[in-house]
Amino acid sequence: MTRRKLLDRLLKVTSAASMGVVVAALAAILWTIISKGAKSLNWSLITQVPKGDFYTGGGGGIANAILGSIYLGIGATLLALAIGLPTVLYLRTYADRSRFASVVRGLLDVLWGVPSIVFGAFGFTLMIYLGMRASLLAGIITVAMFELPIMIRAMDLVMRMVPHELDEVSYGLGATRCETAIKVIARQAIPGIVTGALLAFGRGIGDAASVLFTAGFTDRIPESLTQPAATLPLAIFFQMGTPFKEVQDRAYGAALVLVMIVLVTSVASRVLSARLGRYVV
Amino acid sequence: MSDDSHIRIRDLNLFYDDAQVLKDVSVSIHSLHVTAIIGASGCGKTSLLKCINRLAELAPRARVTGEVIVGNQDIYARGVDVTAVRKRIGLIAQKPTPLPMSIFENVAYGPRIYGMGSKKKLRETVERCLKTVGLWDEVKARLKDPAGRLSIGQQQRLCLARGLAVEPEVLLFDEPTSSLDPNSALRIERAIVELKSNYTCVVVTHNLVQARRIADHVLFMSDGKLVEHGAADAMFDSPREAQTQAYIMDESL
Repeated sequence: MTRRKLLDRLLKVTSAASMGVVVAALAAILWTIISKGAKSLNWSLITQVPKGDFYTGGGGGIANAILGSIYLGIGATLLALAIGLPTVLYLRTYADRSRFASVVRGLLDVLWGVPSIVFGAFGFTLMIYLGMRASLLAGIITVAMFELPIMIRAMDLVMRMVPHELDEVSYGLGATRCETAIKVIARQAIPGIVTGALLAFGRGIGDAASVLFTAGFTDRIPESLTQPAATLPLAIFFQMGTPFKEVQDRAYGAALVLVMIVLVTSVASRVLSARLGRYVV
Repeated sequence: MSDDSHIRIRDLNLFYDDAQVLKDVSVSIHSLHVTAIIGASGCGKTSLLKCINRLAELAPRARVTGEVIVGNQDIYARGVDVTAVRKRIGLIAQKPTPLPMSIFENVAYGPRIYGMGSKKKLRETVERCLKTVGLWDEVKARLKDPAGRLSIGQQQRLCLARGLAVEPEVLLFDEPTSSLDPNSALRIERAIVELKSNYTCVVVTHNLVQARRIADHVLFMSDGKLVEHGAADAMFDSPREAQTQAYIMDESL
């Protein structure tokens, strides 16, 4: 065999092996969660709040954490979307190809790499400064800050692929930049907007560090933004930390619920993108 | 200057950074005629076209000096509403570019922005514009389909209908047939000839046969300068400038 063919074969084998590692890791994670979590997953686990002796093996469920996480994830994603979407539209339409835009993109990339515990600490400081207590609202604000660079980066990438001919057509018909951004650019980029928002939701709902100091933890289901909220990642953390096997198993049950929420979101994102992308040219 | 001129361009210069793309262009364009702009690629013909509806300045670091008077208005005067200028002067791009929406919404895009009329009026406008470009019968049963699903030739006629829907007075065409098959190209050409009874048309083309077929007047450009202009027959049969002569000879081979 020649040297070139040998190299070719080598690359093929190493690539395939690497892919094998990734798939095996994913399968192992899912298998662990499902095999350990499935038996503790039942109706009362997802519909009841913890009873007094829940963390020592008593009855109840994690409805507080499930609902807390969903409230927090949706709230944070909506807040991040309200800030992120105008930001990417501005970058694409008004600051297009400018020096300013590339500086902003650079800064957002830095923010993208900041660990979530740092956002958690910053959110905590902000909370204290504003005189707030650990609450659903404080958690939403912190998670939104953490989600924002993830969301913006995903949406910006798609926005930048929108061809400039579309802008020119719209301006040529007498549209303003604002009309062009909303009616044309956002429409063309809608699959990317949906994907970006749901990707951020998935990351936000699964993050423990950013809510650790800011959302608090409670056995009750939050009834207002000012009450503390339990979250699934922290529910997993607290249950896993107990010495009781049945409580640890319920941690896997909680992990399974979290994985299912993320999975449903990601499937929904694909379906929604395909539907909304019908008119994309 | 003759009385029937619709667009008067005076000492027009266009710069991108330090590069000068248009050099002291001065010319009048006749009302309700087809004027063709010809010249080698990169000679500035598309840039000149895009200066007439203020699209050229969208390019990064573009700078325009001089006057372009459309009707009685200097469109580069201070305080001019750029969007109103672009509404008066439509541009049909080289590459058919449907907007990411349905066939109906593409044509209705401009009128909707300007709030031109009720729902019923909007439907009438869309129908009238699609009929003008001969697309109505082909698409009337699927107005809600994505415009991107039409064939390239249909897309270009849709773009023309979309441009007509805002009721412009001037239509600019930037090599409108260069990405089309011969049949579709012919339909666009015919449409242009029909449209000149209501609109002043300016067509950039590198196809001299096409220019001969449709143009009443011709501008020949080279290296950002207007070399020669005049009635189409005279330009093609007996060009005055040696440069024009050479170009027409070359292209006709």
